[in-house]
Formats: sequence, structure tokens, C-alpha cells
Amino acid sequence: MKQKLKIATTSLAGCFGCHMSLLDIDERLFPLLDLVEFDRSPLTDIKHCSPCDIGLIEGGICNAENVHVLREFRKNCKILIAIGACAVTGGLPAQRNHLDLGSCLTEVYLTEPGLAHGHIPNDPELPLPLDKVHPLHEVVKIDYFIPGCPPSGDAIWKFLTDLIAGKTPELGHGLIKYD
Amino acid sequence: MSDSFQLDGASVSFEAGQTVMQAALAAGRYIPHLCYHPEFKPHGSCKLCTVKVGGRTMAACTMPAEAGLNVESNIEELNGLRRTLVQMLFVEGNHFCPSCEASGNCQLQATAYELQVMTPRFNEFYPDRPLDGSHPDILLDFNRCILCELCVRASSEVDGKNVFALSGRGITKHLIVNAESGLLKDTDMALTDKAMQVCPVGVILKKGRGFSVPIGQRRYDQRPVSAQALDDAPRQADAGGGCSACEGTP
Repeated sequence: MKQKLKIATTSLAGCFGCHMSLLDIDERLFPLLDLVEFDRSPLTDIKHCSPCDIGLIEGGICNAENVHVLREFRKNCKILIAIGACAVTGGLPAQRNHLDLGSCLTEVYLTEPGLAHGHIPNDPELPLPLDKVHPLHEVVKIDYFIPGCPPSGDAIWKFLTDLIAGKTPELGHGLIKYD
Repeated sequence: MSDSFQLDGASVSFEAGQTVMQAALAAGRYIPHLCYHPEFKPHGSCKLCTVKVGGRTMAACTMPAEAGLNVESNIEELNGLRRTLVQMLFVEGNHFCPSCEASGNCQLQATAYELQVMTPRFNEFYPDRPLDGSHPDILLDFNRCILCELCVRASSEVDGKNVFALSGRGITKHLIVNAESGLLKDTDMALTDKAMQVCPVGVILKKGRGFSVPIGQRRYDQRPVSAQALDDAPRQADAGGGCSACEGTP
């Protein structure tokens, strides 16, 4: 029997919508699991990557921990894939990029009407937010991109099965989507 | 009786006065484009329609069709360059497709799909471009402007209002509103203007209507831009030597 490929997945500055879309391949999860096994992933609850063939990363980079996790994936994954609009372009979180981070925090935690005794969270366990949100390819080398918010289950299935079959993944009309 | 030229090895016939773009579209052959619009004089600025004619690169929308030309368009060398142009347009502005009401009806997005653009590739600029919501009926979202000047052309040539213009040079070039205040409310722009209909992206929007067409039924959901653009172009049978807007008075 052929050795199974190892896949790791994570969500950084994302909403887990792309992971939901991965689950939307539905019963095709069974043939997928004949070909791959999941390493670090919210689906397995494994907390750190071991060496993997494919890493799927949802979400952009909005804080210091995101950078740390992204580097762990890059170090361990032969092929790193940015999945979804946020990982590919920064997406919705990046819409704060033209605003000053300090004034964002002030508005959300201090001056927003209805917030009594608000304060800007400063627990040392909280990762520090970055000045700007970045797509993944601005921080590490990314091998493939699957755009979409989220990409459909069909698009993810087509992309992964092409890749696993050793073909250049190709999404035709209807599967390539930015929204 | 019409002459013909070669486009990617196939014969394309044309009428006198047609450009390579007009003849190609009329003959059912798509050449990627953004600033070209069948109802307006060609502008030749987006460079997406760049083709090779006898080894030289030319804009298909401005190049007059000539008998015997050998035109190459759908080749990887040119499609690679087109992909780069589209990627630069994406990173230069703020194109957040998931929250854009033009998504699915956007020519920039559809053209990127057509060219299989999977990544912005370059670093995002994330420019700061405030909206103009001053007009009671119309919203301007400058974040998405690709400087095609179609609204500029429509407002001046068809509406006779000169509401829009481009200002600045190079990377600082941007769309402006022709009013002392710089605000759309101080112009005579109206919902019925041609300039309301021509934006290929999501800059000029009708207020109070957003996201009215469900996903799956939008312009480019059903058919790719390469098929849609052919429908929009005057066909060979009724082209009659090119479109009226390009030759006569608007």
C-alpha cells in the first residue's frame, strides 16, 4: 500500500469558513482519507506540526502568533497552500489597514458607546497585533493559492485531488472565485 | 467583400475602419481587455489587449485591421504579461471581492478568472481612498478604480457633463470629481447617466440597492467573460463597419 500523504491545516486571521468548506467535500472525505492523513489541524487537535507533505493555511497574518505558526508550517511542509481570500489577499481583516491600529483599539475598547469600564486588553498571554494585516505570501514563500471566500468544497476537492495525483492544480470557470 | 487577417492561426475577416479588437470580437474571438468598450472610442491604456503583430506588441483595441496581418494573442507569453498587469491592478487598489457588491458582475474579476490569476503575487498597497457618499443616489468607492476612464469618456462624450477626470501622474494618478468641492453632490450627475452604466468594476454604485442579484445569477457566474464579451460586441452580420459611437457623434 502506498504511504499516505500527511496534511496539516490551520486557521490564522480567518473565520474557519475555509475549514467548513473543506468539510463540505462531504462523503468525498472518505476517499480523501484513503490518500492522506491529517497531522496538525483543528480536525485532529494536534497542536504542532511534524514534517508534512502539504500544509493548508486559512486566514492572513494579523498578530505575532500568526507569524510564528506560519513559520512552523513553512518549516515542516513541503508544499504550502494559502486557502481563501484572507490568506491570499489579507481579506476582511486587512480592511483595517488604512486605519491606525491605536485608534482602532481605542474606538473598539474605550470610546465605543455602551462600553462601561472598557480597557484595551493587555494580558501577556494575548499575542500582540501587527500594525498591518498581511497575506501569507508577504511573510513566507507560498507554493499554491486557492482563492475564494470561502473556496467551494468542489474547488478544494479539485485542487487537492489534482495535486495528490501529481498534476498542476487547475480550477476552471465556476471553481475559481474571489468571493 | 471583406479582407481578412490571421489571429492565432485562424482567419478573421474585417470591414474597412475596424480595429483588430472589433474584428476579432465580431468574428467570435475574444481578446482580453478592460478599458475597451464597444460603444466608445478605444483608449489603449490598460494594455491587456496587447497582441503581437509581426513580432511587435500592439494594443488590439487601437490597431487598425489590415489584410494579411499575422496577429498572435492567446499565447502563454502574452497571457503571462496580462496576468501580471491584472495582478498589479489588484494590489494597487483595495479589491476585497467578498464585500464588493460588484463581485460577480466585475470585469476585472472576471478577466482575472479567465487568465487563471490565483494570487495577487505582489505586496498589497492597501491605499487609503475615502469614499464619496455625498450624492443622494450615487456612491463612489474609489478603492476599486482601475483608471480605465470609461466613466470619464461616458460623462463627457454621451452625457455632456464632464463629471469625472483623472488627476495626478504615475502611481499618484486617481479619479476625481469635477466640482470645486470635489464632491459628487456638487455635480449634475444623475442615475440615468451613461456614466452610471459603464464602470467595469465597483466604483460607481447606485445607493439603496446593493447585492440585489443572488450569487449564481450574476453576470459572470453563468458564463466566463470570454463568452460574455462576444455577446456584447457588435456581430459580424450587423457590425456594418464598426460601431456608431466610434465613428459618428455620440
